[in-house]
Amino acid sequence: MLMTEAILLTIFTAATPLMIAALGELVTERSGVLNLGVEGMMIMGAVSGFAVAQLTGSAYLGALGGIAAGALFSLLFAFLTLTLVANQVATGLALTILGLGLSGLIGEGFVGQPGVKMFPIVIPFLSELPLVGKLLFSQDAIFYFSIALLIAINWFLFKTRAGLTLRSVGDNHKSAHSLGIDVIKIRYLAVMFGGACSGLAGAHLALVYVPQWVEGMSAGRGWIALALVVFASWRPFRILVGAYLFGAVTIAQLHIQAIDINSLTFLPSWLFYLAELIKAIPSQFLSSLPYIATIVVLVIISRNRRLTLINTPASLGKGFVPDR
Amino acid sequence: MNKNDAIVEDNVGSQSGDTMLEVRSITKKFGDLVANDAVSLKVTKGEIHALLGENGAGKSTLVKMLYGSLQPDGGEIVWHGNRVEILTPSQARNTGIGMVFQHFSLFDSLSVAENIALSLGKENDLRDIGQKAREVSEEYGLPLQPDTIIGDMSVGERQRVEIVRCLLQNPELIILDEPTSVLTPQEADNLFETLARLKSEGRSILYISHRLDEVRQMCDHATILRHGKVVGECTPANETAASLANPMVGEEVGDVSRAAVTTSAGDVLLELNNVNQPAPTPFAIALRDVNLKVRAGEVVGIAGVAGNGQSELFDAVSGETLSLQNSDIRMRGNDCGTLGITGRRKLGAAFVAEERLGHSAVPDLSLSENLVLARHGSDAQTFLGMGSLGVIRKNVTRQVTKRIVEEMDVRKSGEDPDASSLSGGNLQKFIMGRELDRQPSILVINQPTWGVDAGAAQKIRQAVIDLARSGSAVVVISQDLDEIMEISDRIAVMSDGSLSEPENAETITREDIGLKMGGLGHG
Amino acid sequence: MRIELERRAAHSKLFSVLSPFIALGLTLIAGVIMFTALGLNPINALYSFFIEPLTEIWSVHELIIKATPLVLIAVGLSVCFSSNNWNIGAEGQLVMGAVAGSILPIMYPELTGWWVLILILLMGMAGGAAWAAIPAFFKNRFGANEILTSLMLVYVAQLFLDWLVRGRWRNPEGYNFPESRTFTDWQTLPEIFPSSGPAHYGAVLALIVVFIAWFMMGKTLKGFQVKVIGQAPRAGRFAGFSAKKMTMVAFLISGALAGLAGISEITGVIKQLQPTISPGYGFAAIIVAFLGRLNPLGVLAAGLILALSYLGGEAAQISLGISDKVGRVFQGVLLFFVLASDTLIHYKIKFIRSTKRSAQT
Repeated sequence: MLMTEAILLTIFTAATPLMIAALGELVTERSGVLNLGVEGMMIMGAVSGFAVAQLTGSAYLGALGGIAAGALFSLLFAFLTLTLVANQVATGLALTILGLGLSGLIGEGFVGQPGVKMFPIVIPFLSELPLVGKLLFSQDAIFYFSIALLIAINWFLFKTRAGLTLRSVGDNHKSAHSLGIDVIKIRYLAVMFGGACSGLAGAHLALVYVPQWVEGMSAGRGWIALALVVFASWRPFRILVGAYLFGAVTIAQLHIQAIDINSLTFLPSWLFYLAELIKAIPSQFLSSLPYIATIVVLVIISRNRRLTLINTPASLGKGFVPDR
Repeated sequence: MNKNDAIVEDNVGSQSGDTMLEVRSITKKFGDLVANDAVSLKVTKGEIHALLGENGAGKSTLVKMLYGSLQPDGGEIVWHGNRVEILTPSQARNTGIGMVFQHFSLFDSLSVAENIALSLGKENDLRDIGQKAREVSEEYGLPLQPDTIIGDMSVGERQRVEIVRCLLQNPELIILDEPTSVLTPQEADNLFETLARLKSEGRSILYISHRLDEVRQMCDHATILRHGKVVGECTPANETAASLANPMVGEEVGDVSRAAVTTSAGDVLLELNNVNQPAPTPFAIALRDVNLKVRAGEVVGIAGVAGNGQSELFDAVSGETLSLQNSDIRMRGNDCGTLGITGRRKLGAAFVAEERLGHSAVPDLSLSENLVLARHGSDAQTFLGMGSLGVIRKNVTRQVTKRIVEEMDVRKSGEDPDASSLSGGNLQKFIMGRELDRQPSILVINQPTWGVDAGAAQKIRQAVIDLARSGSAVVVISQDLDEIMEISDRIAVMSDGSLSEPENAETITREDIGLKMGGLGHG
Repeated sequence: MRIELERRAAHSKLFSVLSPFIALGLTLIAGVIMFTALGLNPINALYSFFIEPLTEIWSVHELIIKATPLVLIAVGLSVCFSSNNWNIGAEGQLVMGAVAGSILPIMYPELTGWWVLILILLMGMAGGAAWAAIPAFFKNRFGANEILTSLMLVYVAQLFLDWLVRGRWRNPEGYNFPESRTFTDWQTLPEIFPSSGPAHYGAVLALIVVFIAWFMMGKTLKGFQVKVIGQAPRAGRFAGFSAKKMTMVAFLISGALAGLAGISEITGVIKQLQPTISPGYGFAAIIVAFLGRLNPLGVLAAGLILALSYLGGEAAQISLGISDKVGRVFQGVLLFFVLASDTLIHYKIKFIRSTKRSAQT
């Protein structure tokens, strides 16, 4: 029981950054902007979060630092794609390349230093509930925030006027402009919100998940978050499902690598042989599981082109120059 | 002051009390182009005021300034005797000016209620809007379901949404930009009834159109624009269609001359046999049992409201979408339903698509490159060299381009400019010339003169008829009923993916066509 | 103040040529600011970064060695990007090219003859092309986003290489280091001027590739097809060009060239397989492709510039004591300026002082 609980806990920890980054990107894409720089913003959030936490000694200030760094970094992207109408795909790649380089430079002094860990906040009574208590109510602040964020984004998008305006801009920027909606301003805000979320997701890596600074520690999670948005067909609650699925895959392969086969002798023999078979899979193949899973998921979800077409924000990735 | 209210600068009111809107020598420039040059006009309370002019005369620019989407470079707008500045559409709405756009400003993925909510002020609760919309739509006889998604609606229904959305703001002045260009004649009649009702309520309407008959029938006053300048004002009822048209065009545009079909028993060159095709995307139309035979020497016109499957039909005939059965489509006696567009061109067919930039031509490529675009297969012998390497012979393509430019009188700057630098009319003349230069035995054109000035349109229509009379089979798909009536020998109507049996153009009436456009009168 | 864009009637030929130079100029200015911020004399720093590596013959050799894979990959990427196919997994294709090309030298080290090397290079190209065919197939068949799939395959390829050199292909006489056996002379690319430095014949291959691509893209119907499909897919269909075929061809070309870059790096420089064989050439080549304005000749020049940023990073580490990661930052900044400058090709940029419009809001 304890073992399962520990494993589930790590799944939550692995899923949280994916979910936050994907939710942020979802809002950005709902406004019609495709920001492929999630990986870059995430790693900037990680290094800034780590650095701020080191300097101040507070993991919470670190998280705020990550948010600020992600949002500021995304401004670069916003300026290029929204003000100068540069190609969004290329600029997103540029953001990732620059983020990986810049974070390496900034973080050079922090390599190998022990980080400031964000400790769990145990909620009295609720945390003592059987089964779910430990999992849901004895977590770090960023986890709680991620759940609140999910609910808030869903409410914002579908219940508020501002959310409606944001969706309208993503659907048809020309129509929105002719109604007097400030398309560029809304997109700036949406991009910065996505940046802030990616930054926080990165900070989570450096303050909760690892907690250390390792160069390139985002390890493709930004890209997986991007895939999650497609997987979720731009609907917030499906991001939850996707993120935890990926969290589970990531953790499963880690645990399989760590398991000592001799400790499993209590299993029925056929299960033991199965375990032996799985253990025989080289660790590198297990490590590549999350990436392969991403590809498989993308293929499966994209197969239904009709559905994808209906769900995709119609002006996603298209530049807009208002006439004045 | 509320930032959403127009800025009232000072009271300059000296005119009689019933002038609602006055525009005083307003000017707007886009780069070197003067879109509006000291334009003035007056709209009085309770009148329907027509704004007439050709494509590109500056009508849309003018009303966008009135609606706050564009800012004037000079001149002033006077509203009920006060000079105002309208900086945003929401200021215009608060002032009492509403607008129904030509290319709708609706959002396909959102519901009717959400679309309406987006143009109403924050004081309206999102949840009440559906109910309000239902009330207004019923009151004016424009039935609407607030929960319907726009993407699932017909063009006529979408216009209803636009109008209801506008009426919910309770405007004093309603601007309608080319409202009937997308409607069937019957739908247009319903619209006229609504407009008459609005007028009787004391609202004014600024009505943009280039359809002279409806303007004469309905409008109290007209202002005529040409090249951004006011060139005439009149009471339409006292004018003839010709006396309205002449100042618009600035010259006498002759009618196209149409010799009788001499080869009435010409061979069938193009044949569609029960073409069925599922809709390729969620927002497209499926083709259903389309049959058509086009003979040498004739022009068959295909009328219909936009979005009823015309583009899908064009793609099916051109081979951009392939049929399942080879025998679905026959050209000059050859089955070619599963043959691609290049193969069909080699059979002697030529195609002109609706969208000029991005479909018939690539914007950032030069004219000679755009020549290769459509003719690399049919003219491989002359245009390509060095065998399988397929090296493009640039000197040859430039020469042919020059020939086409001279033949079609294409006005351009530079030797071989980008397609995007030509005006709509000149680019269309080039694209037509590109195909005519081959002397195709089959020509299929979608919207030949959409957004083209009258002079170029006349030239294009004449060229189409001349080609047919020289023994080719020509299909013209057009939303412009006048154009269809002018150049077709036989007329068929497209509605919801089906094509009616073509009828002799001499005998078919507009009413017949209208009924078929609305999906009635089949069989 | 705000910035407004005004679309030009036609794209500016002047700025098509000028924009990479504007970007380079702006990057140098950013460099001055960055070095000043790091407390260095910016002139000295820029000198040791960008000029010093060119003053010695051996470092010119190094420059050519670094430019070779960048140019090879970027030529392929420019074909891909021009046709609006976003292959960003060149790094993975490079790895798989190196792996496939190493099959012969590792499993049959005794093979000799001039044909061995040719076979090795061809197998390297095939390996890269096969790896690139996966995202292309998924895009064509299922509509899966090729950006994400091609990138995910980078990680998979790197892990696969890691598994090989730590397992099956580990050198039996290698004291348990994660390395393959070293290649014999028959299996390696010879040096061009052995007396002056180690630049190998991969550079010559790169030049040939540049020439072929320049001819294909600029003169032939095939190159025309790439441009048309990339700029206006609908017009491409109207012209009778198949976008799906183009996607596959573009990925195969760029994959094969990335594979060639990988195997020429192995046979020309490293001469064995190691867990890591590229300092991110596959990603840096994206910058090269854009800096070269997706034109093969431009890519050649841009490849040399990016190679210089790698060398400069190493040189600056030694002479200035700053991190070699500065080079990476330069590369990222450069790409940003390139993309920003490209705006000038289609638009006039106007700076507008606050007017009544913004005063109102």
